[in-house]
Amino acid sequence: MISFAMTDEQASARDAIRGFAATALRPNARAYDEASAIPDAFYPQAWELGLTATQLPEAYGGYGAPRSPVTNAIVLEELAYGDAALALAAAAPSLFAYAVADQGTEAQRRTYLPALCGAHYHAATLAVAEPTPAFNAFAPRTRAVADGDGWRLSGRKCCVPLGDRASHVLVIAAVDDGLGAFIVAHGATGLRIADAEKNLGLRALPTATLDFARVRVDVGDRLGGAAGCDVPRLLNHSRVALAAVLNGMSRAVLDYCVPYARERVAFGEAIARKQSIAFRLAEMQMEVESMRWMIWKAASQLERGRDATRSTHLARIYAGEKAMWIADNGVQVLGGHGFIREHPVELWYRNARTLSVLEGVAAV
Amino acid sequence: MIDLNLTGNDEQVLAAVRQEALIARRYARHYDENEHEFPPNELPEARDHPGFMANMGNRSAEDAGMAVLSMFIAMGQTWGDYSVRLRRQERGLGNAALQAAGTEAQKRQWGGRILAMAITEPGCGSDPSLLRTSATLDGDQWVLNGEKIFVTTGCRADGVVVWATVDKAAGRAGIKSFLVMKGTPGFIVAHKEKKLGIRADDTAAYVFQDCRIPRDQLLGGDEQVHTEGSGGFRGVMKTFNMTRPGVAALGLGMAEAALDFTRDALHEVGIEITYGAGLQAQAAVVERFVRLEAVFEAARLATIRAAWLADQGESNNMEASIAKAKAGGAVREITQGCIEILGPMAISREHLLEKWFRDVRITDIYEGTGEIQRLIIARTLLGYSRHELK
Repeated sequence: MISFAMTDEQASARDAIRGFAATALRPNARAYDEASAIPDAFYPQAWELGLTATQLPEAYGGYGAPRSPVTNAIVLEELAYGDAALALAAAAPSLFAYAVADQGTEAQRRTYLPALCGAHYHAATLAVAEPTPAFNAFAPRTRAVADGDGWRLSGRKCCVPLGDRASHVLVIAAVDDGLGAFIVAHGATGLRIADAEKNLGLRALPTATLDFARVRVDVGDRLGGAAGCDVPRLLNHSRVALAAVLNGMSRAVLDYCVPYARERVAFGEAIARKQSIAFRLAEMQMEVESMRWMIWKAASQLERGRDATRSTHLARIYAGEKAMWIADNGVQVLGGHGFIREHPVELWYRNARTLSVLEGVAAV
Repeated sequence: MIDLNLTGNDEQVLAAVRQEALIARRYARHYDENEHEFPPNELPEARDHPGFMANMGNRSAEDAGMAVLSMFIAMGQTWGDYSVRLRRQERGLGNAALQAAGTEAQKRQWGGRILAMAITEPGCGSDPSLLRTSATLDGDQWVLNGEKIFVTTGCRADGVVVWATVDKAAGRAGIKSFLVMKGTPGFIVAHKEKKLGIRADDTAAYVFQDCRIPRDQLLGGDEQVHTEGSGGFRGVMKTFNMTRPGVAALGLGMAEAALDFTRDALHEVGIEITYGAGLQAQAAVVERFVRLEAVFEAARLATIRAAWLADQGESNNMEASIAKAKAGGAVREITQGCIEILGPMAISREHLLEKWFRDVRITDIYEGTGEIQRLIIARTLLGYSRHELK
């Protein structure tokens, strides 16, 4: 049935996260970006929201709420409305946790999920992106080759959120007959974690480049067991999530530009009263809304277990393109002030370009 | 609970709509090339065809609301052809106005007729406060004088809801609408317009010359000149909150036809559309096509959103404009892009793609241009009155 109505639970989750984003994310976004670091105290504070644990089964210590990509898309939009880098940092453990919960074997769930539901902050992550031109997530160059009763993993991953501190990283790699996802522990032999990446945007978010040199993976650490898992499905979850982050950031740009344009006076009246600015803002509103419905459609398909490859891809590329466009126009509406780091729009402009080429940095 | 997927029942209805639409499509080229002919109310095939209404019986509260479903039906129908239908719905825009603003007596009396709606004049388009057609009370009759153009279904309709001013000095507040039936002396259907697209659709020009109608044919029956914002004008404007998404849907059906045609043509030469790889890793032609599909999805969902709000009985003024503006741009981009993707074959009148390119162009113009929609959106967003943002 076609419905845009949130459940009561979704509406209260949205309100709670909106409050957190307004008090803990937005006020800190600039300072953390300038410092290219998030204070350690942030992680336990975000952990208390239960972002990861809420939708994990009670049997492993989770709160047992049904897995809901739609709810997660709503939550990510709100987090990213505060700040995208901090949103990704707060939600990163879900990258690993949801994949294991959705597609792991019983043994894998028992091994890995309890720590991710615990009282104490626990970092785990996913490695999808690679630093090669024309990167294609469905055809990674990182390969897993059968080796006795296990695998050997070789290749390079980049832009891995919390990759420097995650206890485990789930690595997407090509195998002879397609794709696989492999669990690698932090100290594994042959895994080298390079110095912290310095990127255009999302500067506060710790991201790592990981080199895998014939890293040994036991047969039991291929996600889903010997038969493997549905990697495209996993990637679809991450694409919707990224689109939701772009959606939240886009809304932040618009909500910043509207009062600015109403207050900024030029030639005797507020610039918002000039059609060139007013129409630009109207189009920003059109795109913020349209991209959200694409995200919700894709997420609702995932929630119902349908093949969502097309809808997630469309949502992802549309959100990427329009978020960039919105951030670009945000800078233009503010004019010279859009270029000055006193205002957040320059940060959003960098973040939009950064986010819209990434893969696998958030999950729903 | 958020769910933007159609149910099995709705899919069945829409599959039937598409079946009918394919029959209509057989006639699309003929009526495009023979603009002076009117497509029949029923195609010959209609007699032996059950029609999609036969599939409506199974629907329940679990299925899409009627406004939402009607958007999908409209898209399914124009996917076949904009102007030709297996069976023509005996309704015009004036019927919507009658339902929204008419008295119970008027609805009873005129509800069974096809009513067009006449607003635009040679010197007055998006700003109705400029309209010159006048209505003067003379005893128990209104006397109408003026010209109207771009009257959709104006030739075929039994009558019209015509906008006229009872007090030019009052501006928008003086505008009223009147029910005028064909055959009324002084009501002249001047001609059928010749157009870029939707050529088989009848678009008429009217002249009113001392056209007299009974006093009770003022729509809504209330003769008082309202102060601004208190009724008359705004009441009629409400009509557009469903027709704007409807117009969006009509355009989107054709855009979808263009996408389907293009996908099939690419498939024939071995180019498959896939959605897995990132844009960076795709062939340019595939990337271009997938972007157009995304634009389509965005506009379609904006349209469904506006209709869904109407189904909930919630205000959708801004969302109706978003749907219209989004679709108006999307259908142009999509049909222009499909022609560019396919190259020289696409401009041949052997195929319908060039026709869809022409037909969709009206979407961003009628029922309020894209610019007017942006004005409405911006006013809502910025909290400006129409005096503060013009």
